[in-house]
Amino acid sequence: MDTNNCFHCGNEIIKKDEVVFDEKSFCCNGCKTVYEIFSQNDLSCYYDFENAPGATPQEIKGKYDFLDDEKIITKLLEFQEDTTSIVSLYIPHIHCSSCIWILENLQKLQSGISSSQVNFPEKKVRITFNSTDTSLKDIVYLLSSIGYEPYISLDNYETGKKEVDRSLIYKAGVAFFCFGNIMLLSFPEYFEVDEFWINQYRGFFRWLIFALALPSFLYSASDYYVSAYKSIKSKMLNIDIPIALGILVMFVRSTVDIVFDYGQGFFDSLTGLIFFMLLGKLFQQKTYSFLSFERDYKSYFPIAITKLNSDGTEIPVQVYDIEKGDRLLIRNQELIPVDGILIAEKASIDYSFVTGEAIPIEKKSGDKLYAGGRMIGSVIEMEVLFSVSQSYLTQLWSNDIFQKKIDQKHKTITDKVSQYFTPILLLLALVVFIFWLFIDVSTAFNVLTAVLIVACPCALALTAPFTLGNVLRIMGKQKLYLKNATVIEQLAKVDTIVFDKTGTITSNKKSNIEFEGNDLTSEELSLLKSVIRGSNHPLSRKIYEFLPNSPKLEIQEFEEITGKGIVAKANNLIVLIGSASLIGITDESDTKQTKVHIKINNEYKGYFVFDNQYRKGVEELFKKLSNKYELKILSGDNEGEMENLQSLLPKDTELIFNQKPEQKLEYIESLQKQGKNVMMIGDGLNDAGALAQSNVGISISENVNVFSPACDGIIDATQFSKIGYFLKYSKNAMLTIYMSFGLSLLYNIVGLSFAITGNLSPLVAAIIMPLSSITVVSFVTIMSNFYAKKMQ
Amino acid sequence: MSVIYILITVSIFVAVVFLFAFIKAVKSGQYDDDYTPSVRMLFDDELVKSTNKLTKTDKQKMN
Repeated sequence: MDTNNCFHCGNEIIKKDEVVFDEKSFCCNGCKTVYEIFSQNDLSCYYDFENAPGATPQEIKGKYDFLDDEKIITKLLEFQEDTTSIVSLYIPHIHCSSCIWILENLQKLQSGISSSQVNFPEKKVRITFNSTDTSLKDIVYLLSSIGYEPYISLDNYETGKKEVDRSLIYKAGVAFFCFGNIMLLSFPEYFEVDEFWINQYRGFFRWLIFALALPSFLYSASDYYVSAYKSIKSKMLNIDIPIALGILVMFVRSTVDIVFDYGQGFFDSLTGLIFFMLLGKLFQQKTYSFLSFERDYKSYFPIAITKLNSDGTEIPVQVYDIEKGDRLLIRNQELIPVDGILIAEKASIDYSFVTGEAIPIEKKSGDKLYAGGRMIGSVIEMEVLFSVSQSYLTQLWSNDIFQKKIDQKHKTITDKVSQYFTPILLLLALVVFIFWLFIDVSTAFNVLTAVLIVACPCALALTAPFTLGNVLRIMGKQKLYLKNATVIEQLAKVDTIVFDKTGTITSNKKSNIEFEGNDLTSEELSLLKSVIRGSNHPLSRKIYEFLPNSPKLEIQEFEEITGKGIVAKANNLIVLIGSASLIGITDESDTKQTKVHIKINNEYKGYFVFDNQYRKGVEELFKKLSNKYELKILSGDNEGEMENLQSLLPKDTELIFNQKPEQKLEYIESLQKQGKNVMMIGDGLNDAGALAQSNVGISISENVNVFSPACDGIIDATQFSKIGYFLKYSKNAMLTIYMSFGLSLLYNIVGLSFAITGNLSPLVAAIIMPLSSITVVSFVTIMSNFYAKKMQ
Repeated sequence: MSVIYILITVSIFVAVVFLFAFIKAVKSGQYDDDYTPSVRMLFDDELVKSTNKLTKTDKQKMN
């Protein structure tokens, strides 16, 4: 066992804080307490499944007081009758088998709990408990005390229990049942020889097959009829029209065939087709259930907050019930739900949810506080200025863009192809039909139906789902999680990329300053600090804060040269602070780092170096992308970083500063009006509008389980430099689809040549259809895997 | 009555039984979470093991 890491949570132990208990070392008392709880209850094999699986319990005093409120409890419970209650809680920390084990043994820790069940992919635990013996509040406290604090937000309050839609699995199951049995029953007739027994049982086999085809035709395929009907109604020709037509024609023709004893019909192909297509739909339905792509401010906001009555008593109040003029009590780590005015002496607020900036902002009494900030430190009081829905941040969500349904935003590639495919097919069928009418009327009907059957674009319809589903999985393995398969199509079309600055191309970690060179004497330090006081340049401000406090010296001369630095005179010494060119030296070392050089009285002292706060690979990524894409940076910050960015990024990158959330949204909109396909990459809630407006909105996150705004995809911050790869890969995916379209059209042509000449037998159809589906599916799977490997 | 009628009826009947078993399994939510059960099935006797372990360490302490 590594003695330097905490036995419970695995964090590095700082020597002076080390707690030793039971021959094991812990990083803090909290972790030790959790271990104590577990070992007292015979649950210590929690540590056997995984090394250091735990999390340090956080201080939650008073945070869940609202769980005393009956009204709120009822909203959160999934089920309640007599004394039995069931609640589902979202616990972000669930990450390993130890977590599952301990959470499913909760009843050993608290008597009122009868059972608990973990849903790992969704990071949820479902707890059944006796409400007379224990309460929801007790359970939440218990979970928090063992490091599994549940996340309860305004979102839980509104939605309640969600219905799961499983109809597609039912349909696929039924389709497979029909398909399998019909295949078996069709075999005798495939090898039709005029044997006595076959002739005798032919009717029985055929009518049994007909009966078996009914559930598949009526139930499993029903989505296609609905979709085709809708598409005709909205006058948009989608792929479901030829499919529905093909299915319908196949069924009618086959029924006619067996009624009049013309042949065995195409029921085998029909049910096989339906099954394969449903399989494709299932395959594409991959979702990352532990991620949420639909979050708005509600998932960030608490359900209730402490309100101070005029007589000084504290009561929990539901966030929607907060009114103007109320006094609220905000504790450490609590989120400010509404705009208001600070009434405590000072407070530091972390706006990282909103802006992505991790450094807390200091506020003084009387300052305005905006909703979305997280309180850090002591307890503060504030007076409410606006209710939740009228607050600055939440107003963003009243924009129309959040009301639109994403599905309707784009036309898929399959629909586009079928726009041409469908009319051509119908025309062809008609021409062939008329042609045969002059020769033989009964053959004409045969040929018409055969054309419609064989051209049924089953392989065409399978191409996109299988390619995109596979690409979705491959990207997921590389930590880019997309909301659904259509995002890939959009990704391939992107021509303009807009980046947010703070938190997106810079990482959230605080930048460090170091001095390299000869050690400075205290006299020199105070000299530098006094000189730098006069400069407002952001780098100067940072150095000023970095330097130790020292007596102020009188400045005799001071000149700031824009883009170069400061020349000043104090204590009769000439001080030069600034770039290498100002000092008159050539800096041959790493130019990527930001440096400020120091020269005092013609003696070079060394330089301050700023730790590169930009993400790894930003420069290479921009260089690579700038060839093919238009790059832009939208920042909510001021222009302080402009020079730095300009030197770092390609010249034609457009930089825009001082952008409010709505302005970001409008900017994206204006780009789109110029006909551009925009991808937005951002992180904070202030980007939410822009992410929703853009064609593809990707949210970047240091920890994908932590909250990110509504978007089309979430990328892990460590994969940032791979964005170019993902874009290229999506293009290759589309290329694969086009190639596969060609392949399936080839099959269609072969099939049509049989149909037009009037030679389409059920056996030929039964071979061509599955064969084309299988070739297409294996082709696209192999190709998409090949591209993923080749490009790495 | 030929044996083929009986055989085919039986085979279809068995298939229908499986179809219903499948639908019932989906309905009960068995397919909603396909990961956790695979971990859970390995847990069963962990508690016994832990008490054994405790006694072992206790003994060590006594020595």
